[in-house]
Amino acid sequence: MKTRKRSNAPIFWGLFGAGGMLAGLFGPMLVFITGIAVPLGLLLPKDTMSYAKMLAFAQNFVGKAFIFAVIAFMLWHAGHRIFHSLHELGIHGGFFGKLICYGGPLLATVISAVVLLGLGF
Amino acid sequence: MSESQKVIEIEVLRYLPESDAAPHSEIYKVPFSDDMSVLQGAQYIKDNLDGSLTFRWSCRMAICGSCGMMINGIPKLSCETFLRDYYPNRISIEALANFPIEKDLVTDLSGFIEKLEAIQPYIIPKEPRTLEQGEYLQTPEQFNAYIQFTSCINCTLCYAACPQVGLNPDFIGPAAIALAHRYNMDSRDGGTAQRMELLASEDGVYNCSAVGYCSEVCPKHVDPGNAVNINKIEAAKDYFLRFLSPKGGSK
Repeated sequence: MKTRKRSNAPIFWGLFGAGGMLAGLFGPMLVFITGIAVPLGLLLPKDTMSYAKMLAFAQNFVGKAFIFAVIAFMLWHAGHRIFHSLHELGIHGGFFGKLICYGGPLLATVISAVVLLGLGF
Repeated sequence: MSESQKVIEIEVLRYLPESDAAPHSEIYKVPFSDDMSVLQGAQYIKDNLDGSLTFRWSCRMAICGSCGMMINGIPKLSCETFLRDYYPNRISIEALANFPIEKDLVTDLSGFIEKLEAIQPYIIPKEPRTLEQGEYLQTPEQFNAYIQFTSCINCTLCYAACPQVGLNPDFIGPAAIALAHRYNMDSRDGGTAQRMELLASEDGVYNCSAVGYCSEVCPKHVDPGNAVNINKIEAAKDYFLRFLSPKGGSK
């Protein structure tokens, strides 16, 4: 019988799944708040996203964790989805495709962790 | 043929391995009545127009799974698809996608059979059992856990529907994974770890990108897509927890 290698996909599939869950739960509301409500001054107070408030949010432990999770996991989700969608359309990324689709999120994960921790508590 | 006789054009993808370098289309004019299936259309061609046309069929009632073909590009059982639903347009029939063509509408199923064998589609007892111990007993709940996945008739429509089977012919594929799941879910079976080696491999469940077309074309409502996705979770658990609770079997 053919010997088969165990797939490492669970790692990336797990990150993809976590990002998909966050995107589904928070994505639309984040787009609405940051992209529509605040810029147009709808519903929310004018200074909802002022520098002071955002800095305080990012210095709070829970706020930090939320920002990190939303950025990192959603990017892992997006990279995986783009890589596989291109594969389905007949564009096979190969090594460079993986470098961009998975290296990008990895880089963004490290940067957002460093920046968020750098902001202090 | 009376004046009121309806005639439909059937375009058949022909391939004769002895003489053809590549498949080509031929169009046949087939008189039909409202109760005629696409399979009966093909039989009319074979009986009256071209005896060399080759296709598989047996039961004519969506039980045997022999007569699957691409009908206007969609994988269907030709016995339960009716010519009247396509008239007055031309209807095209081809061998199921993602398989090598053996002749005309007949596909080479040897790869599929190998995959079916690989998942060990039989009960692997947890421990040896003697005749004196009598039969296995199962509660209705234990029965319900797997019964849906026993309905597969190996028609391979799901393989023709699956874009990932098309891209990676080594992918175990929807029907075989659904059958592996059927035995894994059976309370009499103890072969989950042995099947995990295959499901968690690079030819296994993670080839699936959750398109779901397999479940859509399934004539028996097996929902192989669901079986594949349940086993992604099982394979992920096995991946991360295998050092904590080794089940053996997997490499």
